[in-house]
Amino acid sequence: MKPAPFQYHAPRTIEEAVATLARVAPDDGRVLAGGQSLVPTMAFRLARPRHLVDINGVAALSRLVVENGKLCIGATVRHAAFERPVAKGPLGELLREVVRHIAHKPIRARGTFCGSIAHADPASEWCLVAAALGAEMVARSARGERVIPAKDFFSGIMTTALQEGELLTEVRLPLLSADTRFGFCEFNRRAGDFAIAMALVTFRLKNSAIIEPRVAISGAEATPRRIAQAETALDSHAPDAKTFAAAADAAAKAIDPLDDENTSADYRRGLVRTVVLRALERAAT
Amino acid sequence: MGERAAEGLVTGFVMTEKLAFTLNVNGRDFPVRVEPRRTLADTIREECKLTGTHLGCEHGVCGACTIIIDGEAVRSCLMFAVQAAGKRIRTVEGLANGNELHPLQRAFIAHHGLQCGFCTPGFLMLAVNTLEQQPDIGDEELLDVLASNLCRCTGYGNIVKAVKAARDEMRAGK
Repeated sequence: MKPAPFQYHAPRTIEEAVATLARVAPDDGRVLAGGQSLVPTMAFRLARPRHLVDINGVAALSRLVVENGKLCIGATVRHAAFERPVAKGPLGELLREVVRHIAHKPIRARGTFCGSIAHADPASEWCLVAAALGAEMVARSARGERVIPAKDFFSGIMTTALQEGELLTEVRLPLLSADTRFGFCEFNRRAGDFAIAMALVTFRLKNSAIIEPRVAISGAEATPRRIAQAETALDSHAPDAKTFAAAADAAAKAIDPLDDENTSADYRRGLVRTVVLRALERAAT
Repeated sequence: MGERAAEGLVTGFVMTEKLAFTLNVNGRDFPVRVEPRRTLADTIREECKLTGTHLGCEHGVCGACTIIIDGEAVRSCLMFAVQAAGKRIRTVEGLANGNELHPLQRAFIAHHGLQCGFCTPGFLMLAVNTLEQQPDIGDEELLDVLASNLCRCTGYGNIVKAVKAARDEMRAGK
């Protein structure tokens, strides 16, 4: 189908963008970035925004830089940017590993990192990364700027802490120390399709024991999050099969899985056990 | 960007005026006047009258509408035409050099990479873009790229063969 009519706004600066949003957001105005989720939704007429504020012409939103130990990802940075390491050390490698799983090449050429975060699909790889690494979301509006930590950002399926008139201008990811190990595992039925469950884990080793473990899952629950029970099962233990199995079991037990006609809650729980285990094994090798 | 949309609501629907701008397709300028909601794919077909770009699903899944914008293969059903003003657009009509087909087009014929032909323009633009960016792309990565588009006739085997053959020919010709 064809999208319903809307009025088009093309601001050139962040100030102009938030001023326009302040005006049109109350009249069902939406931000258009890469458009790889919003435009299909409009084609189905599930979304019929009256205004689109196209931020692609805002040059200041395309920055991708490391500042103060954080990778700052501007609102128009495309998925494809991460196909080469964008930061030194494990973070650049982690992002490069994860991006391969996002849709397909033509989608990655247009879709944006921040757009995925703002859209907050439970199957979004970037939302998982944000939750796992403790990203900071920078929200700007005509009222000013605020920084929202990942743990307070995702509030439900496609629902976030962003308020009317707020533009997600940037997401910041902390750099990972050189000895940080990571593992990612995603399960879906077709290449490039939405994930049914995925896990991202990171940890460091000290005296052959796991320290600073992070275990995050998404796709299986309404929102991406770290699973404290699984992290406890890893902390201070040796990185061996027994420890990993215990952590995977703990994650499977801890979650409140989504349930739909294609994928039952039990199946998702089983998948979570498997993807956590595989992510841990990948991190260890 | 010529005229801007006029404000105004009538019976709950948003009334929008057409925007006037220029699309550059295959090196030629096309002045167009369309509503902001008009997709790039529809505009290329209906205003520029270049119907080589096909529309299948209209929501970014099938890849039939894949074209190249500023050096990147993208879905033209997921962009509004106004967003492509000032950009360099390439469609399947621009692949051949006069009567001489692009090596990939010849490979599609030689390897029977099409039957009904509906998906072909999308596959050609996707693969041309990929081979231009990565002339040395490996078989496995190529398969991953081609998984982006749908074909309901060939079973994909001959498409993959054709793209590999074009890759090898283009590489040898360098």
